[in-house]
Amino acid sequence: MSADTHGHGHDDHASGAPHGTRKDYIIGFVLSVILTAIPFGLVMSGIIADTRITAGIVMVFALVQIVVHMVYFLHMNSKSENGWTLMALIFTIIVVTICLAGSLWVMFHMNANMMPGMTSGDMAGM
Amino acid sequence: MSEATIPPGAEAPIFYETDEHHHDAGGSTMLGFWLYLMSDCLIFAMLFASYGVFGGSYAGGPQPHEIFKLPLVALNTSMLLLSSITYGFAMLSMNDGKLRSVQGWLAITGLFGLAFLGIELYEFSELIHEGAGPQRSAFLSAFFTLVGTHGLHVTFGIIWLVTLMVQVGRKGLIDANQRRLQCLSLFWHFLDVIWIGVFTFVYLLGVLR
Repeated sequence: MSADTHGHGHDDHASGAPHGTRKDYIIGFVLSVILTAIPFGLVMSGIIADTRITAGIVMVFALVQIVVHMVYFLHMNSKSENGWTLMALIFTIIVVTICLAGSLWVMFHMNANMMPGMTSGDMAGM
Repeated sequence: MSEATIPPGAEAPIFYETDEHHHDAGGSTMLGFWLYLMSDCLIFAMLFASYGVFGGSYAGGPQPHEIFKLPLVALNTSMLLLSSITYGFAMLSMNDGKLRSVQGWLAITGLFGLAFLGIELYEFSELIHEGAGPQRSAFLSAFFTLVGTHGLHVTFGIIWLVTLMVQVGRKGLIDANQRRLQCLSLFWHFLDVIWIGVFTFVYLLGVLR
């Protein structure tokens, strides 16, 4: 029995940590190059006059590229390790979102509520 | 004392599994390593958060659009992206059991990693030379901490990669080495994911600010 499971051990690992095909890596790489080149191009050329729109587009491209990396390079799917990797990832995303959004929100308000004369702009004028 | 509590004739109670069922060596390594990466993700999330908070505190010092050189960052990004695909090719060769091909791709990956580090160190030294070192302002402290931590991860990734090349060279593509290569694969691609966040939120959005 022990020897038998050992014999199948390699296949089990393969399903536990799925490896991609050459096609996966190539698709991921080409998509990444495109998703990297466009934001850099937009910012460096400054084609769009409104920087807020550029910033929005750049952030969307980053999010898409992170998903591309997750799928094509890290081979994330709902089946690996019986779904535990995905569960861990979702949990991490929730915690990260709370930490990032919370920190920025709280600190932005604290900056906004600083005493007049203590903000950096006024300091520079002093 | 304990004998007194067991009634005569009764078997001693067993509170644990006496014959453990068989686990493959390293059967849970990949999940464990993934959990480590998730915790690493939290470290970077905190560094991103502090950069987000301090990113506008220039203290009258240099601002992002004055000091960031986007062509250099684009070059750096391509180095890391190329190292990701070459590591992917190393994994494919590993699946095919081609030892020399694995070693070759690993070496190329390591060189791209070194190129990335070299460019980053050049950028840091330029910044410090211009008087935009980590002590200058809260923005620069947060910048050096975030980007420096990523660079440190890449450094350790390269050390790990060289170690694995020696291991693979000595023992071949045994199961344990395949597992280690898969862990490093996750680590290496994870660093590229973090770098997407860095070049987007620090460099591109910094220049736009």
